[in-house]
Amino acid sequence: MAAAGAVALVATSVLAGCGSGDGGIVVNVYKYPQENFQKIVDNCNAAADGYEIVYHKLPREADGQREQMVRRLAAEDPGMDVLSLDVTWTAELAKAGWIREYTGEAKAEVEDGTLETPLETARYEGKLYGAPDNTNVQLLWYRGDLVQTPPDTWAEMIRLGSELESRGEPGLVEATGKQYEGLVVLYNSLVNSAGGQILDENGTKAVVDEGAVKALEVLKTFATSDVVDPSFSNAAEDDARLAMEAGDAAFMINWPYVYAAAQEKPEFAKNLKWAPFPAVEGGESTATVGGLNYAVSAFTEHPDESFDAVLCLRNAENQKFQAVNDGVPPTIEAVYDEPEMAEAYPMKDAILETLKNASARPSSPAYQNVSTVISTILSPPANIDPRATADRLRSELQDALDSKGVLP
Amino acid sequence: MSEGKKAERRLGLLLCAPAILIMAAVAGWPIIYSVWLSLQRYDLKFPDRTEFVGLDNYVTVLSNSYWWNAVWITIVITVVSVVVELVLGMALALIMHRTLVGRGIVRTATLIPYGIVTVVAAFSWRYAWTPGTGYLAETIAGGDPVLTQKIPAIMVVILAEIWKTTPFMALLLMAGLALVPDDLLKAAAMDGAGGWQRFTKVIVPVMKPAILVALLFRTLDAFRIFDNLFVLTAGSQGTASVSMITYNNLIKGLNLGIGSTMSVLIFLAVAIIAFIFVKLFGTAAPGSDGGGRR
Repeated sequence: MAAAGAVALVATSVLAGCGSGDGGIVVNVYKYPQENFQKIVDNCNAAADGYEIVYHKLPREADGQREQMVRRLAAEDPGMDVLSLDVTWTAELAKAGWIREYTGEAKAEVEDGTLETPLETARYEGKLYGAPDNTNVQLLWYRGDLVQTPPDTWAEMIRLGSELESRGEPGLVEATGKQYEGLVVLYNSLVNSAGGQILDENGTKAVVDEGAVKALEVLKTFATSDVVDPSFSNAAEDDARLAMEAGDAAFMINWPYVYAAAQEKPEFAKNLKWAPFPAVEGGESTATVGGLNYAVSAFTEHPDESFDAVLCLRNAENQKFQAVNDGVPPTIEAVYDEPEMAEAYPMKDAILETLKNASARPSSPAYQNVSTVISTILSPPANIDPRATADRLRSELQDALDSKGVLP
Repeated sequence: MSEGKKAERRLGLLLCAPAILIMAAVAGWPIIYSVWLSLQRYDLKFPDRTEFVGLDNYVTVLSNSYWWNAVWITIVITVVSVVVELVLGMALALIMHRTLVGRGIVRTATLIPYGIVTVVAAFSWRYAWTPGTGYLAETIAGGDPVLTQKIPAIMVVILAEIWKTTPFMALLLMAGLALVPDDLLKAAAMDGAGGWQRFTKVIVPVMKPAILVALLFRTLDAFRIFDNLFVLTAGSQGTASVSMITYNNLIKGLNLGIGSTMSVLIFLAVAIIAFIFVKLFGTAAPGSDGGGRR
């Protein structure tokens, strides 16, 4: 008992150390390492009334970020005030009761002028739990010197690629097929494009309907076609980008950051063109939305200051600043019309158009498990057997949703 | 019992008491608590669904193919790495034992891999096997991403494990070698035993306690492999060990019920391994007298 008491004593004094500083109120913001974010924090501190924002860096990888936050939230750590959440974590943290709902003025200000799709990722059961900071959506990138008009559908893209290949020109299609979130994003986009569903609206039941089966067929067809990169099943975003830059591919499904990255190779960059995400035959193209939302911890001792800080960190001016300097697409629609955006985002119209049609990933408190199950079952994509894979998805996803299953 | 002896015994108990209390708090309580958690449906994501479910979690885990895959992966890693380490470690121990010049330097050099923090070593292995930046991936694997394929990734994990802990094995075995009296070896040589015969008939039997202790330590260690795997593959492509899959369910999945069930199963497996070594092979715990079969 004495030992336990001593441990508790040490813990309290350590925690107190991260809380309020000497006299002033501190709002601790936890965000991934973003190059120019400190500048935004400084701006907000200059404008802040009666509190100081401190930027704490989370690990670079999404899994590590989530792990640190959920571990500390589970322990009801009051040292975290503002959390930056990947769009897929909202449901989980809201359901667990670890983040606060946005209400009243804060809610009105967040919803004012913000694009609907990113907002949708910040909602759970009709309530707003996050303030969208940036968004992201995949586009179809292609080589303008090889392809005149970009394909509208996957079938067309595969056909165009084959033609190029048969003429001895680079015709490969790059996409993220490695066993990780990137494969889930790719599959989710295909499912939505085919008008299907993986989970029901409430995220409590595994549906995996005909559209989802159709998406499996498209993925299988692509993964076994002659335009797929041989290392597709091991490719993450950057592998795809590098293969495209190396001149192996004519098409690539990837996030807009590839545009900025390509500028280091001017010869390649001048031919790099973009188009909306390709559709599945007979459907509309709907890409998956990514990005980041700010949530306020349920255990913060300074909720008012935290909400205030969030509103500043994500205001139009700061969104523009990070869009231009750090390359992350804004969530406030008006920012896209700012003159500075034209240079940093020549593809902003394609992003906006894709965003308006884009859809979120399944919303469920068990998203982490859902994602792990999907990426495990779909990997490698060439081994998909549409009907059987769909059945397996349905049963293992249901287990994951009921927190009965075992995570691989 | 005399009055003095009783007082001494009381004092002994009193002196031990703090240690026992702390052990109970830091080791005993978590074990009991995880057994308790393993009997519940307890998922931090669904706080309102917590309930007592008896042995349901054990049925779920023991009938799950991911779990059994992890068990087999763990067994393969354990058996292969321990066997190879025993052979290499014995060879290293013999070399170190015989070295006449620079004995200290040879021993220090051998111990370097063991001295490097596992996670740091694992990162250097990971970079070495990453295409593009890694010299091993480019030369041996021909630019293939070996860590993203199940069998090659497991081989890399085993290799990293062997590289890291062979020195530990060698050190324990060298201590055992020191037990072999020179006179015995000379006598065996006089009787006409060759080098191999002296090794198998004299050295190994005398060293047996040391060998078994080394095997026990390494088997238990290898069975709980986590850090190497966490850095090298994080358990993707079906390369998770039992510790890795437990971590995934407990920390990543926030499923305390299933995760605790797995921890309890690992605890049981470790206990069984220790039991087999101690009772069946007669391994002696270091420090206990007798040093052999009881």
